[in-house]
Amino acid sequence: MTDKPEKFIDENGIRSDGRRANEIRDVKIEVGVLSRADGSCYLEFGKNKVMAAVYGPREVHPRHQQKSNRAIVRYKYNMASFSVEDRKRPGPDRRSIEVSKVSREALENEIFTEYFPKSAIDIFVEVLQADAGTRTAALNAASVALADAGIPMRSLVSACAVGKVDDTLVLDLNKNEDNYGQADVPIAMTPDGKITLLQMDGHLTPEEFKQGLEMAQEGCRQVYELQRKALIDYYSKKTEVVTEATTAEDVKKDAPEEPEDVTPVDVTEDTEETEKIDDTNEIGVTKETDDTKEPGDTEETEDTVKTGDVEELEDSGEEVPETGKNADETYGQMDESEEETSNE
Amino acid sequence: MNKDIVSIIQKDQLYNLMLKGKRADGRAFDETREIKIETGVIEKAEGSARVEIGDTKIIAGVKISPGTPFPDTPDVGVIITSLELIPLASPEFESGPPREKAVELARVTDRGIRESGAIDLKKMCIIEGEKVWMIFIDIHVLDDGGNIMDAAALGSIAALLTATIPAERYGLGEDAPLPIRDIPVSVTAVDIGGGIVFDPSLEEERVANTKLTVISNQEGAIAGMQKSGNGSLSPDQINHIVEVACKKAQDIREKFLEI
Repeated sequence: MTDKPEKFIDENGIRSDGRRANEIRDVKIEVGVLSRADGSCYLEFGKNKVMAAVYGPREVHPRHQQKSNRAIVRYKYNMASFSVEDRKRPGPDRRSIEVSKVSREALENEIFTEYFPKSAIDIFVEVLQADAGTRTAALNAASVALADAGIPMRSLVSACAVGKVDDTLVLDLNKNEDNYGQADVPIAMTPDGKITLLQMDGHLTPEEFKQGLEMAQEGCRQVYELQRKALIDYYSKKTEVVTEATTAEDVKKDAPEEPEDVTPVDVTEDTEETEKIDDTNEIGVTKETDDTKEPGDTEETEDTVKTGDVEELEDSGEEVPETGKNADETYGQMDESEEETSNE
Repeated sequence: MNKDIVSIIQKDQLYNLMLKGKRADGRAFDETREIKIETGVIEKAEGSARVEIGDTKIIAGVKISPGTPFPDTPDVGVIITSLELIPLASPEFESGPPREKAVELARVTDRGIRESGAIDLKKMCIIEGEKVWMIFIDIHVLDDGGNIMDAAALGSIAALLTATIPAERYGLGEDAPLPIRDIPVSVTAVDIGGGIVFDPSLEEERVANTKLTVISNQEGAIAGMQKSGNGSLSPDQINHIVEVACKKAQDIREKFLEI
């Protein structure tokens, strides 16, 4: 661990890592990085490296946890033992239990849990490298992973911390500022300004807090734009690839042999897509859609939907519209599961 | 499931009352329930306090003994706070290791004591790197009438204020009072359908989606905060809670806790 620096901010208002007081660290977001998870996100926030995966909606184990009127949301924040300077003992400690609780509560209200009665939405976040602000980085990744999993949400959740060093408020504390600073206030917010996570420790006057809250909100807005961009980029690229595949398919159709072999370009992408559809079928989400679809149709329908969604996303500026389609589907699911219950 | 349904009905009732500017027990929105603090209730403990806020009853005990400091902080004493929601206090509590609710309450209580610098931990060092005083704050909830958070924080600082370092027992000099520098006080509010009510009763706590705890120190600055529950708050609501909480904390401090 480095020692406390004499000054956190130099005479030009520049912090030890070259940022100004109101700047966040560099953020890198990758969507859909895990093959087995329903949704995933790898995120770097400065030197923080976190990986988030979302599974579900799926069956609840243990059963007694299930709710008849909504899905339960479970959030597991876990720090890798090698993520910090002194090896962390593996497994949950009191800190990670608390972080998991407040993070779950920060996301839960933005998820349409009422669409998935008797099921569970599991969010797992691994902190691979920790460098101050892991809970906010984890939450940002989790939020993107939820969107990637197609979980219907009211909006994304974006998180950022504000703190105080040298009696000055600064956005997004780095490790030194966190260790030796005077206050740390992690905040999570929706794009429409609802605060869903707020913690604080240290020393702040109410006036400082008020100012800090505004700074943190600005930070959250910046993070939100990055999350949104990452999702749009990922899904528009996905659409392009699939479109290419379709064109190739068309070309091949003219050729005489083997019309079956139609996915020449990006096999993995397509398989992933199909797997996802299979998953949802398992829990009965798209049963209705299934009936109306011709067997061979699946891929194409999926393509059109994706394209449409991304356009909508760009045009209307709506938060996470790709979840919107799923929301419609899930209405069907809800009815079905209710029927199932009455049959039982 | 039963709890959910009752809670929905109660929610309607409390919401309708809130719209009329009322609370179920007739309090004003920012009015706290009656507080009773009794210190020195456990003679075996180095410090203790029994706190009642309305129906809520907790007992906090402080034990102090020599121990090894953490390697990264060799010259300061150690605070360890735990809180147990024992099954005696509510039909909803179960035995076993603390779950997330108890962990959160303990950690927020701890945060208030630690971050306000309430205990001068430098003075709790016996031999640097080898021996420091370890301060164990243990909070037992006896009756859950809502707002355990504020009761726990109040109990722990009240117990600390009366605590003695048992130096004689360990042959380390004379007994001395614990060096207390600040008195953090926690004030909690919940959001019921847009109305902010302070010191929530059990019913209010149960129907509210969001809870915000603000712990402030003697000079009226904030030492710790925690949003709990799966709802959200607007910045205006948060600033309102902070403002009222700091003022309330001052009242409580003057009335009950002057050094």
